[in-house]
Amino acid sequence: MIRTIRTEEITKTIKEMCIEANHYLSKDMDKAMKEAVDKEESPLGKQILHQLQDNLQIAGADTIPICQDTGMAVIFVEVGQDVHIEGGDLEAAINEGVRQGYVDGFLRKSVVSDPIIRENTKDNTPAIIHYSIVSGDKMKITVAPKGFGSENMSRVFMLKPADGIEGVKNAILTAVKDAGPNACPPMVVGVGIGGTFEKCAIMAKHALTRNMEERSAIPYVKELEEEMLQKINDLGIGPGGLGGRITALAVNIETYPTHIAGLPVGINICCHVNRHIVRTI
Amino acid sequence: MDKYINAPFCSEDIKDLKSGDYVYITGTIYTARDAAHKRMYEALEQAQELPLAMENNVIYYMGPSPAREGRPIGSAGPTTASRMDKYAPSLLDLGLKGMIGKGKRSKEVQEAIVRNQAVYFAAVGGAGALLSKCIKKSEVIAYDDLGTEAIRKLEVEKFPVIVVIDSQGNNLYETAIEDYRR
Repeated sequence: MIRTIRTEEITKTIKEMCIEANHYLSKDMDKAMKEAVDKEESPLGKQILHQLQDNLQIAGADTIPICQDTGMAVIFVEVGQDVHIEGGDLEAAINEGVRQGYVDGFLRKSVVSDPIIRENTKDNTPAIIHYSIVSGDKMKITVAPKGFGSENMSRVFMLKPADGIEGVKNAILTAVKDAGPNACPPMVVGVGIGGTFEKCAIMAKHALTRNMEERSAIPYVKELEEEMLQKINDLGIGPGGLGGRITALAVNIETYPTHIAGLPVGINICCHVNRHIVRTI
Repeated sequence: MDKYINAPFCSEDIKDLKSGDYVYITGTIYTARDAAHKRMYEALEQAQELPLAMENNVIYYMGPSPAREGRPIGSAGPTTASRMDKYAPSLLDLGLKGMIGKGKRSKEVQEAIVRNQAVYFAAVGGAGALLSKCIKKSEVIAYDDLGTEAIRKLEVEKFPVIVVIDSQGNNLYETAIEDYRR
């Protein structure tokens, strides 16, 4: 059976999600941030984490964005193959939702129309949209506004197969060390291993949207996630990069088959304002 | 230790500020980030006047989200300072005394800080809602066309920052991490 979804509904949903994501952390992130306060040993680190708790409280109560960098709107859209979209162009409907969310929601417009000429588009469009076609008659939308303090510290490494898992570990630690205070720790580290050059980067981005309490279903990947979280926290970077135990809240890793000649590793770093919300329409 | 200081700064205040101090700033500071710095730099290259005097002033690397009605400003946390590294030494040589941002600085900036007896502070990144509460007034004074990147004059009250690089060149990002590395 074909199910019809109107573009107006898509626009309205995206608009609401952009506003919500920028004012309230998802429950899993909120919980991770609260736990971090208890775990941190450095007095300054603890003070910073308390400030971030106050910040979240004020953001929600007074409707002020958690961070002034309300990000570039990254949107994952999983379209059921039995969905028929009516009312116009899907991409235009998504961008219209972003436009309305950022303009009506008093969010910052941080997008320039050309990377060299750099003129602000004044409505935060276009969004970065990743589509996939899946089975079913629903549309699952994930909105993940991404700030660029941490985005700028993200990396892709094209390792050799001989580098193996040790090479992957070194790549992750190198990216986190280089990011240091610039990426607004405590951070969340999204990693994509395998695929191609672009596939590993998209997996790394997608990994950031995973529920913070979920570990990979693949046993060696789960182990790697836990080991890397420990190793990153042993770097001592700490909240705000000013020393401490909590440098990262989670390491989320996705994998994919790759070529006999390659071992691509994408590392997408996100600050503690790791915004990701999901709705299904 | 906790310290209270008024902006614009005077040289005695700066000498007292040590890497690791928690400082509350009250007074007038100015915002400028990437695009405003590029314009100021180009103005200097063409021997034109800057839209604000650098002498004793503090620049906050920040581009706010829009203010809701009845509020002076929207979310207002620091942006990454290293993107201003190319431009900062020239401004420090003109008398700029304080920079507020987040993240590492280049060797050239660190040298210019010591040479000019200035200071680099970090505000807590991602605490834009909290920090906006310490901003009592905001007015665009130059480059209005740059939107969030325009130069704003801010009146701040007990604005919380941490001294990262002091006038002697001590750098908290380098020293603090050592204590917690395993």
